[in-house]
Amino acid sequence: MSNVPVNNGRRRFLTAATVVVGGAGVAGVAVPFIGSWNPSARAKAAGAPVEVNVGKIEPGQLIRAEWRGKPVYVVRRTEATLNGLAKFDDQLRDPNSEKAQQPSYATNAYRSIKPEFLVALGVCTHLGCAPTHHKGDFDQFVDGMSDGFFCPCHGSKFDMAGRVFQGVPAPLNLMVPEHSFTSEDTLLIGVGPDSSEGAA
Amino acid sequence: MLANFMAWIDKRLPVTDAWNKHLAQYPAPKNFNFWYFFGSLAMLVLVNQILTGVWLTMSYEPSGDGAFASVEYIMRDVDYGWLLRYMHSTGASAFFIVVYLHMMRGLMYGSYQKPRELLWIFGMLIFLVLMAEAFMGYLLPWGNMSYWGAQVIISLFGAIPVIGDDLTQWIRGDYVISGATLNRFFALHVVAMPLVLVILVFLHILALHEVGSNNPEGTDVKKPKGSVPLEEQSKFAFHKQYTDKYDIVDAIPFHPYYSVKDIMGVAGFLILFCWVMFFAPEGGGYFIEAPNFEPANGLKTPEHIVPVWYFGPFYTILRVVPDKLLGAVAMFGAIIMLFALPWFDRGTVKAMKYRCTLHTVNLIQFAISFLVLGYLGTKAATPLNNMIGTVASFGYFGFFIALWFYSKNEKTKPVPERVSH
Amino acid sequence: MKKLLLAICALVPLFAFAAGPSVQLDKANNDLTDKESLKNGFKTYINYCLGCHQLQYQRYNRTFKDLGIEEADGVANYMYTGEKAGDHITNTMPNKEAAKWFGTAPPDLTLEARLRSPDWIYTYLRSFYMDSDRPFGVNNKVFKDVGMPHVLQDLQGVSSIDEQGNITPAMGGSLTTEEYDIVVRDLTNFLEYVGEPSKLEREAMGYKVLIFLFIFFIISYLLKKEYWKDVH
Repeated sequence: MSNVPVNNGRRRFLTAATVVVGGAGVAGVAVPFIGSWNPSARAKAAGAPVEVNVGKIEPGQLIRAEWRGKPVYVVRRTEATLNGLAKFDDQLRDPNSEKAQQPSYATNAYRSIKPEFLVALGVCTHLGCAPTHHKGDFDQFVDGMSDGFFCPCHGSKFDMAGRVFQGVPAPLNLMVPEHSFTSEDTLLIGVGPDSSEGAA
Repeated sequence: MLANFMAWIDKRLPVTDAWNKHLAQYPAPKNFNFWYFFGSLAMLVLVNQILTGVWLTMSYEPSGDGAFASVEYIMRDVDYGWLLRYMHSTGASAFFIVVYLHMMRGLMYGSYQKPRELLWIFGMLIFLVLMAEAFMGYLLPWGNMSYWGAQVIISLFGAIPVIGDDLTQWIRGDYVISGATLNRFFALHVVAMPLVLVILVFLHILALHEVGSNNPEGTDVKKPKGSVPLEEQSKFAFHKQYTDKYDIVDAIPFHPYYSVKDIMGVAGFLILFCWVMFFAPEGGGYFIEAPNFEPANGLKTPEHIVPVWYFGPFYTILRVVPDKLLGAVAMFGAIIMLFALPWFDRGTVKAMKYRCTLHTVNLIQFAISFLVLGYLGTKAATPLNNMIGTVASFGYFGFFIALWFYSKNEKTKPVPERVSH
Repeated sequence: MKKLLLAICALVPLFAFAAGPSVQLDKANNDLTDKESLKNGFKTYINYCLGCHQLQYQRYNRTFKDLGIEEADGVANYMYTGEKAGDHITNTMPNKEAAKWFGTAPPDLTLEARLRSPDWIYTYLRSFYMDSDRPFGVNNKVFKDVGMPHVLQDLQGVSSIDEQGNITPAMGGSLTTEEYDIVVRDLTNFLEYVGEPSKLEREAMGYKVLIFLFIFFIISYLLKKEYWKDVH
């Protein structure tokens, strides 16, 4: 304002320097405030990778695990189910799993590491309800398909690779979380085969 | 674009006018010294306490079962939680250091005298609320010293005749200090008291800008209109609220001159603050007391129950009086004396340097008494300590009594009309 | 400036005196940057202390990370009871039973080093002596009539106390006095770490912040001086 008699170059320079350095200081002070909103060690411990023994799952059976507070469906798919998957590709939104709803190592026809084991979040991609597993009676929703997932909230339908059908509200395939097998029968949800840390 | 926007705002809210009135065209005496940093520093610490406090609340758990563990959760599990917690705990002590120095400034330069009595009263109310705020905040970590410190202070109210015991039980909400006490203190500490504090600070500044800032000479920079020749008036432009009624001398606009000076003060203060916070956050056992590293335990008293250092002076006054009721009266009396200071001082000369030598001696003995009382408050009550404490208590109260007597017909030195800088 | 100094001097007595302990404590001289020492202390803690004393606010995986232990190695070598790496370092001793056995429940030791100081822990663990009047046959010079047995007795051996109240050198332990002192120092070091796991990070950050503030102070001082040329 006009209340400053001289406003020479040195003054302008020092003002700018103070503003820049002071601004850096304020940004530095903001770091702990912003950083403290990250998941705490408690949250991380609660969200740590979960081990599931898959040795005892019968063919065609689904078991539920809990990981980071969400249900994870683990299904041992039968040979017949796996062979039948490709038949309905023309009725699916994303049959080739082009959307990033699965880690790269599960981007294949079965959306899994081992073909027989489907590991997917039991969270409908529409509004987050839990789809129900229909075993043997899914043809009431899709002609000629015996097994699948049906979301009771708004009627979204998924096949046994978690792939979504066309003409339902859910836009995406079911999410396949990072997972890996630490031994023949031990599934570890939350950690991929190569990464050491559990990133989602 | 920006000018249009500001014009639009100014038609609806006097933002530019307020900026000019309180900052860019506020006449501040040009001779502020080191002691005048502490007002802005107190504001800085207040902001620090509010921000870190809000963030701590996000992870703290106000319950008898969870409080202690949640503090360790903040210290270990929350990213940067330890830093936020130390900023808050160090800030609490820094607040009192800064406020005590700010009050000392007021004493030295007579900033409480007419016409600044109300300004002083608002300041004292801030101090009072600050003590309540600090006391309640100290219970929240739910350490053993938190517990027993609160136990002792709440028991003070038991000294009140007739209703005392019922009153203490009502304050605690239980037969002992418990989760119920913790929860109500939490509510007051994080919501009610800060709200009151912010309002009082606002009023304090409003009152200051109404009467104008005092200065180390105790002269007035606002002279009656028309009494000062133009060439002797300040060459700076000031807000018409001030220039309509007065001729302004020896003053400079607060912004940019004192804003740049206060930024420097803030930088200097932060060096000291961060030095303590990063390298000695326990403050030698004064800022965070060692017994507070074990959880509250109603069956196990710490060896010496001592309040945090900033309550030391008043706690010592309480302790040296051998009667429970009279002790409490003396302690609250010590604070009331400060409230009444503008009326104890019957003099008209403000600055220490133009008053009688006795006044300087009196001020120095008051400051020493206060420091001694504060030190003793953090130590065990041995007979020797109590004796020294009694002497220092007399020094504390004596300051006011003596002031009342000698200020009536005080032999003062002539106060210059103008600041000689 | 003179007044500034005076004001600072006036504040010094407030901070200069710390509470003095009643028994002369030996200096632990432990070093938080010595990771090997911390690992040894951690191991000793797991083997000798954890059975009774929890570290209920500290997590295994945080400890592994700070001490430079790979998580898989940590789980294999430091965790015996099948917890997860993210769990707190706890035991399964029931508090009520423990109070019956020892007279009082063994306290949690997460914050012991901050409650009592590292030097206290270091001296305490080297101050047990034989006392047949006590339930476990030992007493402690630093913590009189303590309710716990001398858990490290196999390592240190047995001491007694003489007429002047001095503890005689320990006899019959598997370690020499020097070796035992190192074990205790490492354990003390570990407990100081656990008391405040962010201490090293705090100090490292402190230097950076102070350097920054010092630069900021100089710039703001120059700015103030420049502006105040206007004021006569």
